[in-house]
Amino acid sequence: MALRGAIVVDTEKCKGCSVCVVNCPTQTIALAREVNSKGYNYAYMESPESCTGCTNCATVCPDTCITVYRIKV
Amino acid sequence: MAEQILMKGNEAIAHAAIRCGCDGYFGYPITPQSEIMETLMDEQPWETTGMVVLQAESETSSINMLYGGASCGKKVMTSSSSPGLSLMCEGLSYLAGAELPCLVVNVVRGGPGLGTIQPGQGDYFQACKGGGHGDYRMVVLAPASAQEMYDFVDLGFELAFKYRNPSMILADGVVGQMMEKVELRPMKSRWTNEEIVKNMPWATTGKTPARKQNVITSLALDAAVHERLNHTLIEKYKRMEDEDVRFESIQCEDAEHVIVAYGCMSRICESTIEMARKEGIKLGLLRPITLFPFPTKEIDRMVPQLKSMMSVELSTGQMLEDVKLAVNGRIPVNFYGRLGGIVPSPEEVFEAFKKSINN
Amino acid sequence: MDVKDIIKPENRVYAKTPVLTSTTMHYCPGCSHGTVHKLIAEVIEEMGIQEQTIGISPVGCAVFAYNYIDIDWQQAAHGRAPALATATKRLHPEKYVFTYQGDGDLASIGTAEIMHACNRGENIVVIFINNAIYGMTGGQMAPTTLIGMKTATSPYGRDPKLHGQPLKITNLIAQLEGTCYVTRQSVHNAASARKTKRAIRKAFENSALGKGTSFVEVVSTCNSGWKLSPVKANEWMVENMFPEYPMGDLKDR
Repeated sequence: MALRGAIVVDTEKCKGCSVCVVNCPTQTIALAREVNSKGYNYAYMESPESCTGCTNCATVCPDTCITVYRIKV
Repeated sequence: MAEQILMKGNEAIAHAAIRCGCDGYFGYPITPQSEIMETLMDEQPWETTGMVVLQAESETSSINMLYGGASCGKKVMTSSSSPGLSLMCEGLSYLAGAELPCLVVNVVRGGPGLGTIQPGQGDYFQACKGGGHGDYRMVVLAPASAQEMYDFVDLGFELAFKYRNPSMILADGVVGQMMEKVELRPMKSRWTNEEIVKNMPWATTGKTPARKQNVITSLALDAAVHERLNHTLIEKYKRMEDEDVRFESIQCEDAEHVIVAYGCMSRICESTIEMARKEGIKLGLLRPITLFPFPTKEIDRMVPQLKSMMSVELSTGQMLEDVKLAVNGRIPVNFYGRLGGIVPSPEEVFEAFKKSINN
Repeated sequence: MDVKDIIKPENRVYAKTPVLTSTTMHYCPGCSHGTVHKLIAEVIEEMGIQEQTIGISPVGCAVFAYNYIDIDWQQAAHGRAPALATATKRLHPEKYVFTYQGDGDLASIGTAEIMHACNRGENIVVIFINNAIYGMTGGQMAPTTLIGMKTATSPYGRDPKLHGQPLKITNLIAQLEGTCYVTRQSVHNAASARKTKRAIRKAFENSALGKGTSFVEVVSTCNSGWKLSPVKANEWMVENMFPEYPMGDLKDR
């Protein structure tokens, strides 16, 4: 049995600090090339297939803009 | 016949606090008012009414404990003397800015600096003109007897909650230390938490789903919001001037000259008035009971019938400025004051008065 | 499997606690304050104590903590939060009362207030954010600034001859009889943030048990003040702050 996860980033609230990026154990997250209305490159799932839904990113996110989903497959 | 007990003015403050439903006293020892906290600790009101009494680590801390207690909608008070009040000015400014009710007692001694532990009235400016930073005022009550020390505790709280603003009892070492008969008023119970939630909807009583969070702060970084806050405060201070000026006039109806004196000096000047009357001089006494709001209108009303006024204070002339502002140049305003804890006799004041009108 | 099949309400394992407001925080990107706020809010939610909790916010960047955690707040004068908390807790013994203070607020201007509140053993929780700098006023030296660390008021680095040594105030606090739990934590990675959350929860539980003061230092970053990126600031903190302010419990009884 494996775990599959996904995150949803509130891109308007994200300040692009990258703390989630370096805390992701599966290198799922990266900063987007695009910016939000404040000019921040927001976080997104660059490799969604590798997300395990471990919640590390959401736990360390200072702006609490990540929601995490997980299923067993 | 109500119960009368012989006690010091300072002790009267403590008994009044317990009996008027005060929730908390936070203080730091300083002469000449230490009897207030000593009496409270001796009475142990936490065993009876549930009132909290705590000796803080400094006056800075005491006044900020008031900020915490007042934020909860509780009746909280502190007491100190002049140097301690200087430390409290920061907190008073925050309390006024956050619109918090509380009672502060200052049993004034001589300054500046460590000064003297003898009585003084040199904190008038600090009490009435702000003291701390920013545009704020407090209701300042000036008791002249041990009974008024007692009664002004309840009155001070009443006005503090009426205006959501700190009230001050500005006493002096004489009134604090002298013993007089004091009539104890009926016990009032402390407000229940339910009453506080109902009557002080702004207080930090715990955010319920039924209301938005309550935030007690004096911070307003938005320029327009900050200006509006200041205007709200000014409106409140104007309302104090309209509704809560208190004074006592003694033999002013036919007076040609009036002495203005408060606190212990008003008691002494009462005797001076009697001396003058015996010599056929029509001298009256105006005793401001509220120093802020000041009885400006009453002085304004009196001036047309008067030849002179005289401010008598244990300072170098502070209330004098408010008398002059009220008189507005229409008649001479003279001054007599002593310092260093020297309290002049009625005769000494009378001599000074006669000298002033003959000049 | 498609991402759309995973993102369904029944699969949600982490979401913003409702105790946090939806207001966007004013903090700089990557600031530890936001993470610590969230952990406090999560503890309040998990303990079900939103109606019983009163927060005292400091002067400093966290002055606006009340905009983010949806409880009743008192905003204190600089350094005086423990005095407010003392009176609040004594007048409302049934409430959970916590202060949230930075290093300038707690370890400099408010040293007397924190020492005496802790020494009296007030049943309050103290959250102490130590980022070794004054953030809000523009990066001046704090009592906890490291030796050699450059700030706006120590532009050549903190020199102990000129500025004294960094103040390890948490070590002093741990000596006081009134404290029951004194710990030093961080929030730079998920494991440490989870540990910090457990520490905050324990602190709140202690205050309900009447055990005395619980003191949680969170060694934090101020990437703007340190002039580093958020990620570099976390690395710098581990490398430089942790040796001076080591992680772990200083007291737990």
